[in-house]
Amino acid sequence: MAAIAYRGLSAGAWRYFGPLLALGLLIAAGLAAFVYMETNGHFVTGMNNQIVWGVPHVFAVFLIVAASGALNVASVASVFGRTQYKPLAPLSALVSLALLAGGLAILAADLGRPDRLIVAMTHFNLKSIFALNMFLYSGFFAIVGAYLWFMMERRMNRYTGAAGLAAFIWRLVLTTGTGSIFGFLVAREAYDSALLGPAFVIYSFAYGTAMFLIALELAARWDGRPAELETATRLGRLLAIFVAASLYMTTVFHMTKIYMTRFHGVEAFLLVDGGMITAMYWIGQVGLGGVLPLVLLYAPRTAGTRSGVVAAAVLVVLGGLAQMYVTIIGAQAWPQQIFPGWQESSSFFDGEIHAYAPSVPEVFLALGGFALAAALVAVALKVLRLLPEPCTDSSSPPPTSPQARPR
Amino acid sequence: MLRFTGVFLLTLAAGLAFAADRVAKPVVVIEKPGRCVEDTALMRRDHMKLLVHQRDRTVREGVREKARSLSGCIDCHASAKTGSVLGAEGFCQSCHAYAGVQLDCFECHAAKPARAALGGAR
Amino acid sequence: MSSGSRRGFLGTAVAALAGATIAPGIRLIDLAGARAPGEKASARVRWGMLIDTNRCATGCTDCVSACNKENGLQDTGRPKTDAQWIRKIDIKELKTGRQHSAPVMCQHCADPPCVDVCPTGASFKRADGIVLVDRHTCIGCRYCVMACPYKARSFVHENLSAQKPEVPRGKGCVEGCTLCVHKVDRGDGTTACAEACKAAGHEAILFGDINDPHSAISKRLRELPSRQLRADLGLDPGVRYSGV
Repeated sequence: MAAIAYRGLSAGAWRYFGPLLALGLLIAAGLAAFVYMETNGHFVTGMNNQIVWGVPHVFAVFLIVAASGALNVASVASVFGRTQYKPLAPLSALVSLALLAGGLAILAADLGRPDRLIVAMTHFNLKSIFALNMFLYSGFFAIVGAYLWFMMERRMNRYTGAAGLAAFIWRLVLTTGTGSIFGFLVAREAYDSALLGPAFVIYSFAYGTAMFLIALELAARWDGRPAELETATRLGRLLAIFVAASLYMTTVFHMTKIYMTRFHGVEAFLLVDGGMITAMYWIGQVGLGGVLPLVLLYAPRTAGTRSGVVAAAVLVVLGGLAQMYVTIIGAQAWPQQIFPGWQESSSFFDGEIHAYAPSVPEVFLALGGFALAAALVAVALKVLRLLPEPCTDSSSPPPTSPQARPR
Repeated sequence: MLRFTGVFLLTLAAGLAFAADRVAKPVVVIEKPGRCVEDTALMRRDHMKLLVHQRDRTVREGVREKARSLSGCIDCHASAKTGSVLGAEGFCQSCHAYAGVQLDCFECHAAKPARAALGGAR
Repeated sequence: MSSGSRRGFLGTAVAALAGATIAPGIRLIDLAGARAPGEKASARVRWGMLIDTNRCATGCTDCVSACNKENGLQDTGRPKTDAQWIRKIDIKELKTGRQHSAPVMCQHCADPPCVDVCPTGASFKRADGIVLVDRHTCIGCRYCVMACPYKARSFVHENLSAQKPEVPRGKGCVEGCTLCVHKVDRGDGTTACAEACKAAGHEAILFGDINDPHSAISKRLRELPSRQLRADLGLDPGVRYSGV
């Protein structure tokens, strides 16, 4: 097998530092939001004792789920032997690590006592899915980190397959764990389903592939050479399958719920008369994130075009965020039934649909996590040689003068 | 060259000494003389260990021996003036400020004895 | 502490607390559940409450006020983020129109979901069945709030001051009804809400040791039909409801 040549991002000076500066500003805004929220307390956010997890968690869980899926390209190359994806495997592993770091940063910044992060790393209740996930997340960094190293270091290349397989298995467990954070909550009617674990694995395939496609497109444009069209369209076909599978999992999930009489109320709320939540579901999750990408990826006019694939990926990300909003906020908006069969009212808002309006700081905190992930990718692409050397579409002319980085 | 280095070091030392003077020495006022639960030397070095040990016993097991409890410390060491262990001259705060050690207890715990906090009620 | 001096202490404490109501032939320690300050909470005891909704008056919030006062909970004017350890829920059966009012607080489950989900073990159950948050290890993730079927946990959303010495509370941690653990450990044998309800003449809240067959609560539980809230979840709450 011919060795693949890799190089760093060739965009120089302002072309490189301009976008990085913009990301830096977003990260700074996120940090400012973090300090503001932590010094004042969470009352300055839209979160309260009814909606305890808000927009930061929507973005964080999306990023963490997408992180696992961003490894798809590497897995397909290393585990399933599709060598045409091999040149992009390092980028796939990098995006994966960066997305997880961004997601976890949001979660940590939203803690009531972020100063006690060390407590979370030294005291473990192993029955808690959260505690288990802390092992899964740190293990993911270690395994994917090693995997990336094995790919880039020629002497270690022979272990790439084993590391790729380990990473593949690990991330399936990791995303099952993320879904189970919600699935095992019997107290919330919108959850309470073991399906959420496997469903999140499927969603991760779609979110991660979409995020990877966007990262690839941005990196290629930034580098001044479009990504190989063939790769993009092949990944587009993969994305279409994952989007369809996600729609299938969501449908099965809601159908099982609807079949059980006791969940009729919450399902009617989510799918029919939940206002904002229902709109997020049908327009955001199903429409923008499901049907429209499928149309773009299969319609003759857009299928196989770079813009069609990238637009579909962007829509999948937007739909994914809407889906996490419905999953996290929608589930909390529906009141808990302490006396089933009775109408409840109290000073603590029992029996009421809970409203939620995110505040500016928490939105910036969430965006800061996205920016952090993007900045990590940007810096790594510059300082490490992770982009494959022939990155061009075979039909377009070769790049005029690739500014190879000095060795 | 050597001379310059010497002058530089002297200046630095003087600067440090000056800086040290600017940090107020802790105010340790023992208003209720008598024996603490342990020797002074041990208390100075290890009071946090005793507190953490007692804290876990109290919270987790419901053991509430007054002597080594945080409220026991506060009862004895609260200032007669302010009624608190906090404040610039408070027993806890003045020393922690001098040592530059974060004092986290009183974000949640009352810094005044039960009597003062309740305004004499109970 | 030697067992002799412990007995001496207990004798005085219990006699002072329980006074003339002690029935003959019942061991003092089981009746009042008082422990010496150096003695650990014991699994022989399980603290619980029986709430009789037939005695609970709609519109009366004396238990809530007493809880707030005892534990130093303040009204910040922001009801959506203010902590509530106990609240009165007015309920109406949809089919029959039958109405009740009932105080709801942490149900002190034998198998608490909040303890299962807590990543650091800050949420824990004491040997005597009281479910608590160890604020020293709570990181404020709010997973327990998501997991509690009774909406019994609150997150502290702002800086606090003037906390009660016996009830430390602070920003960024989760909290809930402690079953007045400081009163229990002191040997009061009751909670602020139960006291207030009794003072109001309702006696709708009865506190006691449900492991002790001779306790008043155990006797009432034998006499009255009662149930656990969300019994379908199988969590075995220590708080039971009668009349609804």
